[in-house]
Amino acid sequence: MWPSLKDLAKDLRNGQVKSVDLVNKTFQLIEDNKEYKTIISVQKDSALKKAQAIDEALKSGHKLGRLAGIPFIAKDNFLTIEGYTTAASNVLKNFRAPYQATAINLLEEEGAICVAKSNMDAFAHGSSTENSDFFTTSNPFDQERVPGGSSGGSSASVALNIAPFSIGTDTGGSIRQPASFCGIVGYKPTYGLVSRSGVIAMASSTDTIGSLTKSVSDGILIMDIISGQDKLDSTTLDSQYKVDSKRITKVKKARIGIIKEYLDYGLDDSVRKGLDLTIQKLKDQGFLLEPVSISSLPLALAVYYVLCPAEVSSNLSRYDGLRYGYSDDQSKDLEDSYFKNRTNGFGKEAKRRIMIGTYVLSSGYYEAYYKKAQLVRTKIINDFKEVFSKYDFLIGPTVPTVAFKKNSKNSPLEMYLNDIMTVAANLAGLPAISLPVLMNDNLPVGIQLIANQKKDNELLSLALEVEEILKS
Amino acid sequence: MSQILTKDDVLKVAKLARIEISSQELEDYLKELSEIIEYVKQLEKVDTSNLKPTNQVTGLSNVYRNDQVLDYGYTPGDLLDSLNKIEDSYVKVKRVIE
Repeated sequence: MWPSLKDLAKDLRNGQVKSVDLVNKTFQLIEDNKEYKTIISVQKDSALKKAQAIDEALKSGHKLGRLAGIPFIAKDNFLTIEGYTTAASNVLKNFRAPYQATAINLLEEEGAICVAKSNMDAFAHGSSTENSDFFTTSNPFDQERVPGGSSGGSSASVALNIAPFSIGTDTGGSIRQPASFCGIVGYKPTYGLVSRSGVIAMASSTDTIGSLTKSVSDGILIMDIISGQDKLDSTTLDSQYKVDSKRITKVKKARIGIIKEYLDYGLDDSVRKGLDLTIQKLKDQGFLLEPVSISSLPLALAVYYVLCPAEVSSNLSRYDGLRYGYSDDQSKDLEDSYFKNRTNGFGKEAKRRIMIGTYVLSSGYYEAYYKKAQLVRTKIINDFKEVFSKYDFLIGPTVPTVAFKKNSKNSPLEMYLNDIMTVAANLAGLPAISLPVLMNDNLPVGIQLIANQKKDNELLSLALEVEEILKS
Repeated sequence: MSQILTKDDVLKVAKLARIEISSQELEDYLKELSEIIEYVKQLEKVDTSNLKPTNQVTGLSNVYRNDQVLDYGYTPGDLLDSLNKIEDSYVKVKRVIE
C-alpha cells in the first residue's frame, strides 16, 4: 500500500524515504505483478536518473514540486520523450515520440517520475483491454475477468498498488469504467480542462484526460496539476475553471438527481445495491436526492457510436506509414503502401471503427447518420442543461455490471453496450467521477457522480464528501 | 436475415479507408457493421426539428494566437528524426506514377 500523495511527498521532503527507493520499489512491484499484464514498457534508466537527481536536490535543501520524487504510470497513449509510445497498437509498436504530452510535462515539473506505460485497448478503442494488439490485462480481483478499458492497464496498476497513481484518457468512459471494475477513483474532467496536446487522438470532440487514484484527494492533487489552459491545445478552457485544491470546499447541502433512465436498465443486483446504499447514506446526511428523468439519455450510445467512429476514421487517417508508424517495405507503389501499411498495422477493432466512421461520413449517408447524430447530441446537451437548472449533481451507476469475464462479449455491439452509462457525459462535455462503493463477491462496484460543465471543483468537493460518508 | 449493409457497401468503405479485407473478414464485418448500423438507426425516429448540430461542446469559437514563433524545446530536425525515411529533410515515399 502506498500512503496518500501528500504524505508521500512529505516523507520525501523530510528525507524519511528516498525517491530512488520508491522508483526501485515500483519496478519490483511491476515484476511481482507481471501475471496481470498491466504494463507495456518501462523507463528504468531515465526514471532512476531522475530519482537520483531529486534525492540530491532534496538533500541539499532545494524547494521542489508537489510530487517531487513520486513515481507514476502513464497510459500508453501519452507521448513521452523517454521510451516508446505505442497506444497498444502494432502501428506504433516501435514509435518513439519526438515531443511530450503537456500533461506529462506538468507532472514532471512538479517532480513526478514516469516509470512505465500501461496497457490499453489499441488506440483506446474498447472497454476491456481485449482490443490491445499486444495482450489482455487481468482484473486484480479475478484474473479470469477484464480490468475494464480502455485505461485498463492504468486502473489495474493502481488497484494492485504498483504505483501511487496513474493518468488516463476518457473518450466514452475509458477512465470511469475501468476505475469501477478495479475499485479505484477515476476522474473525467470537463471537456477542454486538460490539454490534449501530445495525447494520441481518438475522438477529438470527446477526448478528455484525467486521473486514476486510490482516493479523491489524490485525484484532486493530480487534476490541480494537469488542468489549465495550454497554448498547444486551442480547445483548452480558461484557467479560471481549472481544478484548484484551494477551491475544494466542504459540501453540506446539494440537490442530487438520481438518473431514472439508468435504473430501468438491467442493472446487476450488486450495482443496484451499491447505488441504493450510497443514496441512503447521502439522504441520512441531509442531502436532497430524488429521481429525475432525462428522456434523451437512452439515445446517447447510438449518438456516440456514430460520432466517435466518424472522428476515429478521420484521426486514424494519419497512420499511412509514410511518415511514422508501421511501414511495409514490400509495397510496389504509393497507393499500394497505403493499403499494406493500414491493413497490416491496424487491429480488428480499429478497422471496424474506421469503416463505420467512413460509412456514416460517406456521401449519401452523411445527413442520415452523422448530421442526425450531431442533432441528437444537441438534444442530449439541452436535456442536461434543463436538469442542471434544478439539480447541482446527478448520480447513477458507472457501469450496469461488475467486471465481466474475458472473451464473454459475443459481438462488438455487445461490448459497446457496456458504455451506455458513461458516454453521455462525454457527449455533453460534463465532468464525472467513478467512486468505489462496495465489494460484492470479491468484485468492486462503482457509482458515478456527474456535474454541469466547468463545475469540476464543485464535483470534486462533493466526491470528497461522498467518499467520507461511504467510509462511515 | 436481410442485412442492412451489402457486401458491396463494406468493400466500398474498406477501399475508401485504404484497408484490404479477406473474404472471411468480409463476412464478419458485414455482420458486425450491419448490427451496429441497425442499432444507431434508432436515431432516425428522433424529432430534431429546430435544433442545430453540435460540433463543439464548451462554446469556444475562433481561438486566436499571435502569429509568432514560440520555442517549445524541440526543433523541426527533432521532429524529422522520428520519421521512417527522410532524405534532405524530405519524406521519402514509394513511387507515385509509372
